[in-house]
Amino acid sequence: MIWNAENIITLSFAILALGSAIMMITRRNPITSALYLIVNFFSISGVYLMLRSQFVAIIQILVYAGAIMVLFLFVIMLLNLSGEKKMMETFSYKKISAIILGLMLFASLGITAFFAFFGKYKTMNPNAEIMGTIQSVGKELYTTYSFPFELVSFVLLAAIVGAIVLAQKKFE
Amino acid sequence: MWIELLISVIKIATVLTVLLVSVAYAVYAERRVSAFMQNRYGPNRVGYQGLLQSFADVIKLVFKEDIVPVKANKPIHTLAPMISIFVALTTIAVVPFGHTIELFGRIISLQITDVNVGILYILALTSLGVYGITLSGWSSNSKYSLFGGIRSSAQMISYELSMGLSVVGIILITGSLSLQDIVLHQNGWKWNLVLQPLGFIIFLVASFAETNRSPFDLPEAEPELVGGYHTEYSSMKFALFFLAEYANMIVASTVIATLYLGGWQFPYLQSFGLPPMAVSILQVLTFCAKVAFLVFFFIWVRWSLPRFRYDQLMNLGWKVMLPLSILNIIVTAILVSVLK
Repeated sequence: MIWNAENIITLSFAILALGSAIMMITRRNPITSALYLIVNFFSISGVYLMLRSQFVAIIQILVYAGAIMVLFLFVIMLLNLSGEKKMMETFSYKKISAIILGLMLFASLGITAFFAFFGKYKTMNPNAEIMGTIQSVGKELYTTYSFPFELVSFVLLAAIVGAIVLAQKKFE
Repeated sequence: MWIELLISVIKIATVLTVLLVSVAYAVYAERRVSAFMQNRYGPNRVGYQGLLQSFADVIKLVFKEDIVPVKANKPIHTLAPMISIFVALTTIAVVPFGHTIELFGRIISLQITDVNVGILYILALTSLGVYGITLSGWSSNSKYSLFGGIRSSAQMISYELSMGLSVVGIILITGSLSLQDIVLHQNGWKWNLVLQPLGFIIFLVASFAETNRSPFDLPEAEPELVGGYHTEYSSMKFALFFLAEYANMIVASTVIATLYLGGWQFPYLQSFGLPPMAVSILQVLTFCAKVAFLVFFFIWVRWSLPRFRYDQLMNLGWKVMLPLSILNIIVTAILVSVLK
């Protein structure tokens, strides 16, 4: 690894992301946890920015920090959760699936780290700057990936309809 | 590389200083205009015609005792005003206040940074503004503050949608998200105000709601919430909220001027045959004049219209503004595809 200004900035964003993630899962107050998660989103967005993906970086802040976490905070405040209650849970299928998914995530992260050490990702793709712009992302979404893109929009539509149905049931 | 860094630092320092000084004068303007509209004098004792009143107020607030409620969550109580002022001051980074200027044989763009995703940057930061208000309301541990905080988060989420969607019309016309490109596209009579009248009205109303200005200032509604989210704040922390409110108002004005009123464009300025230096300065002055008018408009509305009721606010946001902004997108998309 070369110690130039760019790598140092990327590395400090990565360390900030890891640190805030650890702080997030170890805090007892849910509001503090939520705030650390926001810090985490910002540092990840910083890493995206260092990888020349302007669009993904700004969407990370706009969607996650700006919309989803606001709703999270809103719910936490309305429920007025005070401190963490001890969760007594038996060894269930939830935990087993969580362990399997966690192992899979670690495996994929491990492979990336392994290749990074052997220099596969040492140089940045020269087209990175063009690939990260909103124009190229949009072009790819509407040509190469148009089918998955439309599929995702159907999933979202189903979620919206479901939310309306649930809300109507409550007010009838 | 170092000279470019120096230029950036100078630009940032200049813009921030101008912004903070204009915040002081926006407060002064608000007090004088409201006094004028209510047929009284307003502040006219400190300095000539009261011009130094805001600075006297700041000095007073610095020397006040900082009181934090005993049961408040202290770190978050301190963090909240910082978030508010951070959001208010960073949004200005992508707003172009002029085209280019030639100084010492070097062409300098009159904008802190021209990012490819300028509009999204503005929307992302304004959506963060809600944290300052919500967290201040929650951490104060007071029911009035909490109500203010909850109201503001609901209000800002509701109006963000129509704000974001109303901008899509401009993006369709310009074909770019960079604010400098959007301003360059509005040459001559082709201001987006003319091309996008519906989008302009939606964006203007949503800006009022996003900056918590009257008639949408429910988060700090005095009759029922004492002071709303900043009830439990005093001294400099209160001053930061106050500062953030006016900074938000000015930044919203600069964004409206950039998106809809042609930014720094002075119609048909290039046909006058002026020297380039004069053109640059005139463009910056044009931009300042537009922003000043919009700030006056914000104040004018506050002292003319009564506050909305909460259900009226939500009905307007979801049942009027959102469908209208979607209609605006559809009509613009059809017209753009037919005329191109």
